[in-house]
Amino acid sequence: MNVPTEYVIGLTGLLFTLGVVGVLVRRNAIVIFMAIELMLNSANLAFITFARAQENLSGQIFVFFVIAVAAAEVAVGLALIVAIFRARNSIDVDEVASMHG
Amino acid sequence: MTADWIAFGLLAVIATVTAVMMILSHHAVYSALYLVLNFATIAVFYLLLDAPFIAMVQITVYAGAIMVLFLFVIMLLGMERVETTPSLPYQAPIAIGLGFALFLLLGYGLITSGGSTGAALSALTGSGFGSPTAIGELLFDRYLIPFEVTSVLLLVAMVGAILLTGKKRRLRQ
Repeated sequence: MNVPTEYVIGLTGLLFTLGVVGVLVRRNAIVIFMAIELMLNSANLAFITFARAQENLSGQIFVFFVIAVAAAEVAVGLALIVAIFRARNSIDVDEVASMHG
Repeated sequence: MTADWIAFGLLAVIATVTAVMMILSHHAVYSALYLVLNFATIAVFYLLLDAPFIAMVQITVYAGAIMVLFLFVIMLLGMERVETTPSLPYQAPIAIGLGFALFLLLGYGLITSGGSTGAALSALTGSGFGSPTAIGELLFDRYLIPFEVTSVLLLVAMVGAILLTGKKRRLRQ
């Protein structure tokens, strides 16, 4: 792709900002989780872009590891959400704000 | 040159619109489906940036496995719509303002950082950049130990997920 690196990095910044706004605005725990995935993806896109600009494959290897860690994180996070839903019967982050079991 | 700009513009618009719609959708299933489209768009970006292997991993792992897990949990819990009234007054405008400030800071950092030439990406010197062969050789040579640690991490995550969602009685005993 014959586009300057700065434009792609600007797009990753925009996507990351949208993820942050999603985390701040939404109160459904699952949607907050999806916004976190959006932020991870924007960081991955930045890695791939820099790997292409530097012609260094280590960036792509790092994205591979980030995807593996994200898969583990999603498995544990969704298990936590299911456990919280069983205990509180809600996944609204305002209603489950207290740590009290 | 122009075809690349058209492809970049189109993909950037799709990625941004799907991200915005993911945040705005009040139905969690729609949010998940918009996020799948966003991930697919980013996979096309990976293809255009000479990372075909990572693009395929993105499709299978992210758009496939992870999002299916999300959809499964959304439908299992029946929690498609849980939005209540905001607990903070003016929460959304404050969040959007802070997000805009963050975006301005990111742009400022991008513009003032050194080494920004504005030149287009140069053509690849060697062949096979980002191919499964090249990735595999690097992964099993220089990054072998992180790769093995990742397998242990996935195992721990699996055990943790089973323990967290298992029967409470079995945990207490």
